[in-house]
Amino acid sequence: MRGARTILTREIVCIPFGRPSPDRTVSSSTPPWRIALSVNAPVVLRVENLRTEFGTDQGPVTSVDEVSFSLAAGETLCLVGESGSGKSVTALSIMGLLADNGRVVSGSVVFEDEDLVRLPENRLREIRGNSIAMIFQEPMTSLNPVLTIGDQLAESMILHLGLTKAQARQRVIELLDKVGIPRAPEVVDDYPHRLSGGMRQRAMIAMALSCEPKLIIADEPTTALDVTIQAQILKLMRDLSAETGTAMIFITHDLGVVAEMADRVAVMYAGQVVEQADVYTLFDEPKHPYTIALLRSIPHLSTDERLASISGSVPSLLYMPTGCRFHERCPQAMDRCVGERPELLPIAGDHDVRCWLYDEAAQPQSSGAAVPA
Amino acid sequence: MASYLIRRLLIGIPVLLGVTVINFFIINLAPGSPADLYLSPTATPEDVARTEAELGLNQPIFVQYVRWLTQLLHGDLGVSFQNREPVAQLIGDRIGPTLLLMGTSLVVAYLIAIPIGIFAARRKNTAADYSVVGASFLGISVPHFFLGLAVIYLFALQFGWFPTGGMLTLGRGGGFVDRVEHLVLPVTVLATAIAANMVRYVRSSMIDAFGQDYIRTARAKGLGGFTITNKHALRNALIPVVTVIGVDLSALIGGAIVTEQIFQWPGIGLLTIQSIGSRDYSVLMGINLIAAIAVFAANLLTDVAYAVVDPRVAYA
Repeated sequence: MRGARTILTREIVCIPFGRPSPDRTVSSSTPPWRIALSVNAPVVLRVENLRTEFGTDQGPVTSVDEVSFSLAAGETLCLVGESGSGKSVTALSIMGLLADNGRVVSGSVVFEDEDLVRLPENRLREIRGNSIAMIFQEPMTSLNPVLTIGDQLAESMILHLGLTKAQARQRVIELLDKVGIPRAPEVVDDYPHRLSGGMRQRAMIAMALSCEPKLIIADEPTTALDVTIQAQILKLMRDLSAETGTAMIFITHDLGVVAEMADRVAVMYAGQVVEQADVYTLFDEPKHPYTIALLRSIPHLSTDERLASISGSVPSLLYMPTGCRFHERCPQAMDRCVGERPELLPIAGDHDVRCWLYDEAAQPQSSGAAVPA
Repeated sequence: MASYLIRRLLIGIPVLLGVTVINFFIINLAPGSPADLYLSPTATPEDVARTEAELGLNQPIFVQYVRWLTQLLHGDLGVSFQNREPVAQLIGDRIGPTLLLMGTSLVVAYLIAIPIGIFAARRKNTAADYSVVGASFLGISVPHFFLGLAVIYLFALQFGWFPTGGMLTLGRGGGFVDRVEHLVLPVTVLATAIAANMVRYVRSSMIDAFGQDYIRTARAKGLGGFTITNKHALRNALIPVVTVIGVDLSALIGGAIVTEQIFQWPGIGLLTIQSIGSRDYSVLMGINLIAAIAVFAANLLTDVAYAVVDPRVAYA
């Protein structure tokens, strides 16, 4: 019974049967240029061979390895994967907000001709909240409980845009109004505990938008919300990103959300990107066995089949398998997968896969993403 | 808020009444009669009985208590057994110096403890942090009487920087500088214990605050370390710290009794010790009542302060 209810709520609210609906991008609020995107839009962010390690009692642990992707202006890239696949660490690495024991060991994060990995902290601070903003998973705890909403939203505008307190306050009210918070002139003086989770997440979105960033990184912004609120927030973010042309990295483990939001999708597994494609290709023609398994594990209302699951569990970062990191759980694993590490290689156009099954089809010369095993 | 305060004040009445009952009976459990001390060794049993009758000590304890309470309700704390001075007058003369000593100690302790606690929290698990934690452990552990004698030996006797005790130098008129010089050593003793305790509270609650999601949000906004520490983290870290102030005040009253004795500071603490020595029960009852009211007021103040620093707390 429990399974059945999950299927109901998920599908009704946000999953159009597990794939992006064809009319999704032509909603009235979406400008036409957005549909033909990423063909000639300038690249905003290029992440190459990112490798992030954390110091632990058992020695350094690599949490994110060989992660590469790029993002065009106005584009929404979904990073999708299970818990612990390195999605959030990738986001925090881009922002330079890793915990004290974490650091980017190699690779680059080029944002507007600057490599964020090599920038000094004070230059990074000028970028954070200004041209790159972040929205977090937990709206209940991400706002400071002892400061008013207005104070918290005004801070970055006073800091980055040099607004006066009065100007910032006026703009906070406009922003709150824009993200659909009723009674904005009163809410500006409220403390976060007066707002519901959905309203707080709207306030967080307003905060992210406040300095008109070129890139918003949203780390599971709807995971902590109930499904109706989730649908509202997704729609809000989609409309706002369409309106402002802000590029977005949207982190989620929910393929329904991916179908709603993404222009392109990067599937992460055990700290690596294993497949990358535009959202339609990924849902229609997934190539990597992990992506295929992931898509098969979405519940469907239309069939009575048992839900498919992926056997085994995500490998521990301390004991990463040799060769392909997925080989222990892969139904199509070959001898080669145990010993040799596959690279992320393009198989067709914009479609990259990290799998030995597609070794023949791959065109190794055309991507900067590959790294010798 | 107003109705909450009124309710709290009303609850305070039975609490204070209970405190006086317990104090009264405990004091009367002490062996020996106050009359023994006011008569010469050659006094006859009749003399003792007569003195006890004069002091009202020959009546049953609960009758004595009811009489004391009736007096109190008429605004009279009674008179000292020893020298017949009104208790209210005795306490009134001594409360100023005690408030000066305790207030200064509290302010000095917090001014020291909060920055050091923040410093240690920002350098969590480094040598600097361990030194602070170690020093605070030492500060909590050292008894008042030992620290008092140690600072007197060092700074008064060896270096001669400060006087050994008292509140004024006779003949110097008791100017501001003179007061401060007399305050330094007793304040050092009292503030050490409070600051040592407070440092640990501030440190742990700052570390807790630094680990919260809203700090990550603040960093993601591009705010600098100073704003994050002193605006975002400290405001939250002070919430648990504020709750300790009430507890600190009780400890401060206990500490002041010993410290005033060591430094011959003419305050309530010294009066307490003297009254215990002379079995001056009526003075002791007055002091106990004042101390109970002070602790009660401190706790009430703490609750009010709590609502001020934490917008989520609202009293109805």
